[in-house]
Amino acid sequence: MTSLRVLAAMSGGVDSAVAAARAAEAGHDVTGVHLALSSNPSSYRTGARGCCTLEDARDARRAADVIGIPFYVWDMAERFHAAVVEDFVDEYARGNTPNPCLRCNEKIKFAAVLDRAVALGFDAICTGHHARLEPAPGGDGTVRLARSVDQAKDQSYVLAVLTSAQLGRAMFPLGDTTKDLIRREAADRGLAVADKPDSHDVCFIADGDTRSFLRRHLGSAPGDIVEPDGTVVGRHDGSYGFTIGQRKGLHLGRPAADGRPRFVLNIEPASRTVTVGPAQALDVLEIQASRPVWSGCPQPAGPVDCLVQVRAHGEAHPAVCEPAGDGVRICLREPVRGVAPGQAAVFYDGDAVLGSATISRTVNG
Amino acid sequence: MSNTDAVGQAPTAEARTSSAVSAYLDHAATTPMLPAVLAAMTEELAQLGNPSSLHNAGRRARRVVEESRELIAEAYGARPSEVVFTSGGTEADNLAVKGLYWARLAADPRRRRVLAAPTEHHAVLDSVRWLAEHQSAHAHWLTSGPAGTVSPAELAAAIEQDPDSVAVISVMWANNEVGTVQPIAQLAEVAAEYQIPFHSDAVQAAGQLPVSLAASRATALTISAHKIGGPIGVGALLLARGAQPVPVLHGGGQERDVRSGTLDVPAIRAFAVAVQLATQRRADEAKRLASLRDDLIAQVTAAVPDAILNGAAPGPGRLPGNAHFSFPGCEGDALLMLLDARGIACSTGSACTAGIAQPSHVLLAMGADDARARGSLRFSLGHSSLQSDVDALGAVIGEVVERARRAAR
Repeated sequence: MTSLRVLAAMSGGVDSAVAAARAAEAGHDVTGVHLALSSNPSSYRTGARGCCTLEDARDARRAADVIGIPFYVWDMAERFHAAVVEDFVDEYARGNTPNPCLRCNEKIKFAAVLDRAVALGFDAICTGHHARLEPAPGGDGTVRLARSVDQAKDQSYVLAVLTSAQLGRAMFPLGDTTKDLIRREAADRGLAVADKPDSHDVCFIADGDTRSFLRRHLGSAPGDIVEPDGTVVGRHDGSYGFTIGQRKGLHLGRPAADGRPRFVLNIEPASRTVTVGPAQALDVLEIQASRPVWSGCPQPAGPVDCLVQVRAHGEAHPAVCEPAGDGVRICLREPVRGVAPGQAAVFYDGDAVLGSATISRTVNG
Repeated sequence: MSNTDAVGQAPTAEARTSSAVSAYLDHAATTPMLPAVLAAMTEELAQLGNPSSLHNAGRRARRVVEESRELIAEAYGARPSEVVFTSGGTEADNLAVKGLYWARLAADPRRRRVLAAPTEHHAVLDSVRWLAEHQSAHAHWLTSGPAGTVSPAELAAAIEQDPDSVAVISVMWANNEVGTVQPIAQLAEVAAEYQIPFHSDAVQAAGQLPVSLAASRATALTISAHKIGGPIGVGALLLARGAQPVPVLHGGGQERDVRSGTLDVPAIRAFAVAVQLATQRRADEAKRLASLRDDLIAQVTAAVPDAILNGAAPGPGRLPGNAHFSFPGCEGDALLMLLDARGIACSTGSACTAGIAQPSHVLLAMGADDARARGSLRFSLGHSSLQSDVDALGAVIGEVVERARRAAR
């Protein structure tokens, strides 16, 4: 095996600590780096669930000590704010539902950090993502992304935006192991983060309350909640507080005529109108998506049978996708609910990622 | 592993063994303990006795403390009773700034102004800010020249705005980042004319310059053991007779009732040994370090012609062991990492929040812009420094700066 100069991104959590330890044990020359994503670290999530607190930096440093690798903190706060936090707010303001983890991988970890690492003499960047890299079918030595063996923890969805060149510089040492075994391995390695809770929510929203965060940034923008026929059934104080498919927190004054639960069907930020309706109105048969990235296969010339996943930790659905202008048209074999513009559509062949694109429009079935 | 022999002779290259650090150029952060210091401390750690106890063991410990106090007092132009032991420089700075402010304010409620240089160490800077934010003090930051020097005229003018309102003045003897030496005796004289207490943080100066409480006429001087070959965790406030700061720590009334807490006998004994050795060698050592430092500056500027030396020109206005550069187009943390990987230890010389390098407040106060302040490195020499350390830096600095520039693009 070739020994590479590897930069291990260490969040302070158990996964990235074990990933760094494995890379070092494999004989690579590993340097740990904690990415400081807030210039005022205490303002981000307190406790042990986020990825950018003072305590997390300390945990990452301790893990690097135990592994026996050099450790530094890189200040990525400005870039993170511009590329991830502002993008998150802007996307919601447009009525879309962004995925900030995906954006962070695309713009920070595998762009700004990777570029700096390469310039400083590193060959690869190692993270604790639950995903695998496998040889691409062409046999040309390139790799493609695939799901983790731990399907419940798989993070290939938030990595699928990466290009083949970015994946060529990536190292995901955890993809062949389930989370319970990773925790056990961390304990065996003497890493104090072995029983640290998993992070779940958006790291830059300290209290986990996305709607309040958006209200602070976007202000109050009251509007109507209507049924598909235009009947006003409620009021809201900001259309950005909603996501397609949302059922809870609508605070509707009167029940639907049929007595069934209502869901968010559509968000129009210009008119500040949120449309609600029955579950079956969420059924989507066709998705239009933009900015496609084909990292796991050559760019298709025509229709391709594949599985498509439309949100993190969602199911993969059989579909046919085909190029349409600059974008992709995705025809689903069966109706799928809760497809939100702004999320990624990720194309799989079995467990292998073929590519991804950003959902721009849906056509109801 | 150590770089000096048992009696603390000047180091030789042969005495050094290889380690992860091939060139330690960060003596302003801390210095290796001298072997004689380590031996004294180790011996004392095995002894029993609280110096405040009245029995034999206590008397023995007390004797060690008082002998150490006398040695330190003599070295720094103070009487033994003018040495107040503390846990280090930060505590001594806090005691001087806060304690003298409180005492002066209690004597006269008009005294709310605290005069200090904007280039002070955070132990002074943040104490002044805290007094302003929580204790109704008015912080007056003295303007300084491009090297960070405060002139006696500037100090006099600041006092003259309203002499009766000044509680305390604090100007550091030598700057920890850029090594600028202040005209402390002249500044203290100005303060004395107005009978205003004058404190100076002499932590960086104590091993390299002749520091004297009596000769400087300062009210209080801060010194620290680990910057001069002693242990971390012990320092002193040299406090002129008659000055009675309000204590920061209350308790058993040790150290003239100014600083309570059981005295750390092994550390104090080790501190005294370090002071003794540093004082004996100071004049020769200052010459040796200045010559090494000048060669370091020559090698760095030869390899990186556009490197900017920050602070005063080499000479009496600059600490002999200090070199501080801005490298245009580089980020300091990238330079530090690349040098670290090549076994060279130095510092960005600035405060850290969670390990994030902040632009140096010292450089900003000296008029540097944010990019120049971020792209800077401090190389500081001390008792273990050798020509080979300087050569090791000179051999790689060109390549490292070139790489850091590519990364910053």
